[in-house]
Amino acid sequence: MRIVVASGKGGTGKTTVATSLALIASEQESVRLMDCDVEAPNARLFLNPSLDSHKEVGLLIPQVDENLCSYCAKCAQVCQFHAIAVIGKKILIFPELCHGCGSCTLVCPERAISEHLNVLGVLESGSAVHGIEFAQGMMKIGEPMAVPIIRELKKWAPVVLPTIEIRDAPPGASCPVVETIRGADFALLVTEPTPFGLHDLKKVVAIARELGIPAGVVINRDGIGDNAVEKYCIENNLPILMRIPMERRIAEAIASGKLLVEAAPEYHKAFQNMFETITTEVKI
Amino acid sequence: MKLAISISGNTLDSPFDARFGRASAFCIVDTETGEWQAFDNPAISAAGGAGVQAAQFIASQGAKAVVSGAFGPNAYDTLAAADIEMYIAPGNQAHSATEILEMFKAGKLTQVEAATHKGYHGENR
Repeated sequence: MRIVVASGKGGTGKTTVATSLALIASEQESVRLMDCDVEAPNARLFLNPSLDSHKEVGLLIPQVDENLCSYCAKCAQVCQFHAIAVIGKKILIFPELCHGCGSCTLVCPERAISEHLNVLGVLESGSAVHGIEFAQGMMKIGEPMAVPIIRELKKWAPVVLPTIEIRDAPPGASCPVVETIRGADFALLVTEPTPFGLHDLKKVVAIARELGIPAGVVINRDGIGDNAVEKYCIENNLPILMRIPMERRIAEAIASGKLLVEAAPEYHKAFQNMFETITTEVKI
Repeated sequence: MKLAISISGNTLDSPFDARFGRASAFCIVDTETGEWQAFDNPAISAAGGAGVQAAQFIASQGAKAVVSGAFGPNAYDTLAAADIEMYIAPGNQAHSATEILEMFKAGKLTQVEAATHKGYHGENR
């Protein structure tokens, strides 16, 4: 079962919820946590994995053998992103525009195009506390495209597949979030009861619904803001699975790298219940 | 010589458009005879690489020079590969393509020898 923890708005507590959920789930099941926020992965700070396995990933980008090229420009015409241009007898390749689809290689009548890996980032994995399988992607500084790294991370499975996979999603509601949510069985959406929280929650709910994935909501920093998130959830049949009140001691514990359920053991039961609710929902 | 000018409109009297890759249109004018033709910019709604696509279009029309308000790194590289000279005109004052043409003929426009701004896709690392 794959559970994705997403939010829309950044800083609502995705990693706080994802790491504690992983810990609780690991009491009954084998668990894998994947930090899909490849631009700024931080779940490792809470789970302290030994990152002993590494793999460079990226996109296959074209390389043209000018001895074979007839400068017909079919490659440039087929490219949706204009990552390859043919000007007279000059060929220009723009790696940062390439999405690695391989169309240019496919249409080249002279078979002059070969592909090589343009490294965009690295995948890392290892064991974390309580036997949790941990994996994360880390984008290279200056690279603009996170999706290929997330896609590879999702495919980079360990030999023995854990029964529960928890994906910590990036913030926002753009392509990297869509890629993280795609293929999941349940979307756990962490929000805060503020206009910003609600605005961005709606966008991620729309993604989950478009992908046909059931969703539930965690309201973090409960007690601040207003009740518009609650109203929205009721009107849209989104179950509110947990509320975490705004408390200074929780913020302090998270800031010092402690897991929520360890710093505040009274949440243990609430996480167990939430995990059971999600499991039941997915099985139906 | 054929000169391309980025414009928003479809005639030589249309206002100058200071964008290159996402310009609404290009006016291609023969600087000797004054003959001109306007083309919609095929790159205006490109998913990416608008500068590269617009540059290839300008090159395919046989232009030897182009006037716009800015040229990004990919547009610059593509235009340079096609040996097309690049000139910038200020976009903060309203000019028509006709006025831009006169400024070009009078040698009042600045030729650029490098991209005028960084790219939008992380290529400036």
